[in-house]
Amino acid sequence: MKFLVCISNVPDTTTKITFTPDNKEFNKAGVQFVINPWDEYALTRAIELKEAQGGGTVTVLNVGEADTEPNIRKALAIGADDAIRVNAFPKDAFFVAQQIANIAKDGGYDVILMGKESIDYNGFQVHGMVGELLGIPTVAPAMKLDMSGNTATLEREIEGGKEIVEVSTPFVASCQQPMCEPRIPNMRGIMTARTKPLKVVEPVGEGARTEVASYALPPAKQGVKLIPAESAGELIKLLRNEAKVI
Amino acid sequence: MSVLVVVECDGGEVKKSSLEVASYGSQVAQLLGTSATAIAVGEATEANLAKLGEQGIAKVLYDNEPRLKDFVNGAYTKLIAAAAQQEDAKVIVLANSNIGAAVGSRLSVRLQASLATNVVELPKTEGGSFTVKRGAFSGKAFADMKLEGERKIIAVKKNSIEALHEAGKTAEVVSFSAQLTDADFADAPKQVVMQDQAGGILLPEADKVVSGGRGMKGPENWNLIEDLAKALGAATACSKPVSDVDWRPHHEHVGQTGITVSPNLYIACGISGAIQHLAGVNSSKVIVVINKDPEAPFFKAADYGIVGDVFDVLPKLTQAVKELS
Repeated sequence: MKFLVCISNVPDTTTKITFTPDNKEFNKAGVQFVINPWDEYALTRAIELKEAQGGGTVTVLNVGEADTEPNIRKALAIGADDAIRVNAFPKDAFFVAQQIANIAKDGGYDVILMGKESIDYNGFQVHGMVGELLGIPTVAPAMKLDMSGNTATLEREIEGGKEIVEVSTPFVASCQQPMCEPRIPNMRGIMTARTKPLKVVEPVGEGARTEVASYALPPAKQGVKLIPAESAGELIKLLRNEAKVI
Repeated sequence: MSVLVVVECDGGEVKKSSLEVASYGSQVAQLLGTSATAIAVGEATEANLAKLGEQGIAKVLYDNEPRLKDFVNGAYTKLIAAAAQQEDAKVIVLANSNIGAAVGSRLSVRLQASLATNVVELPKTEGGSFTVKRGAFSGKAFADMKLEGERKIIAVKKNSIEALHEAGKTAEVVSFSAQLTDADFADAPKQVVMQDQAGGILLPEADKVVSGGRGMKGPENWNLIEDLAKALGAATACSKPVSDVDWRPHHEHVGQTGITVSPNLYIACGISGAIQHLAGVNSSKVIVVINKDPEAPFFKAADYGIVGDVFDVLPKLTQAVKELS
């Protein structure tokens, strides 16, 4: 079975977010980039399923410029077999979805996995767009994924519960915890990743449909009002009479 | 042309987040000089749908097909696309929920529409452009995003828009069918499992949240969190370390890689306030932090704080809430 795992290159979760002086772009200076944490679930689960099937391939796909390659190599070190990088800045979700759909169509992949959303852009859009572009089902967000032959059983999270869904390949799923325990690369993986194939292709399709005009940080808090622990009950009165939230 | 609003229903009732979506949609319609129509999905009653008039909705379309009571991505997409065509909808508004995002992303391709998720304010339409403010970087920032093209889809973040309540106004409920076939139900659920909710408050829908961290010392102490939550009518939540060690289920994990919440009141008990946790809660209107460490970074992001032992403070708070009513 052929798995395609889409990964995004995002600022590390501990990053303090700042922008360029014109507020048009994220300020990358001094920021460490990682594989999007949600995508790690997709990658590890694809590798686990391939191992369980005793054959098949896991291809990792990223839409990004050359500076994303260290994280693509990291995905190869974790256990993907080969990689494709679409050489373009990921302008918006629709632009990225077109690239993924194009690669998926030509490559004949059975299962297309990605994280629920990227932690920088938080679109939660690409999975549905890819499914629609390819005319195949999307299951999002999936908390569990098992395969039996060409049939997948997934748990889809809905507000307040979950749905058990069965779909046949090919399909798209966006992944989140507790699907698996994301793997980290071991030394052997890191050594073999260096020689695994990483193909670079140019983007296709239409441009983006959205554009960020400017970024802003949330307004700073006014400062905390401390209530002595002995008179903790006072807090409840403040929440009712001053903050008016209870 | 019109504005189409997607309204999610459950157990006959319109979800709270969908009342906000309906209010958002009717205000966009007013901005564009047109009317707002709703398409309802899930299990609804005609009486409750008619009440969407209070949120400024003129007409509600509803398909009574029993298989649409549970979420099916394929069928919902086709249903809403058909409603959008019939109503000549230029703007479609839905909730930024698991259902809304799953359907909205497919719809955007099918209808060749631009899409913004996680939207927190009404659009600005000066000079012929259409700009919305949305949350980005997992709650650490906002982006003003320009939507191109003739059709736009907006997914509205929960609890960021005040729901309208114009008493007495009713919407006309009209039956609607999209001629769905079996193929549209390829991803229909075999089974639906709902969580047990303490007090029946769902975390993603809650306007008050009581959350616990490692400072609670173990799952056996969660009754203190639950007692306060129950007294307040709040949902319970937890930090990542707590769900990682299975003290609490994953669906309660709030933070950058869990769920992002924006309630009116967030009470953090024994949570130090790692940057990843703050990202998940910092759009809450009022944040209360209870921690015995006065240096806990969470105090910097809080509106109110108590430096003290959660085991001592929590029962006092629960008692004080009970005395209020």
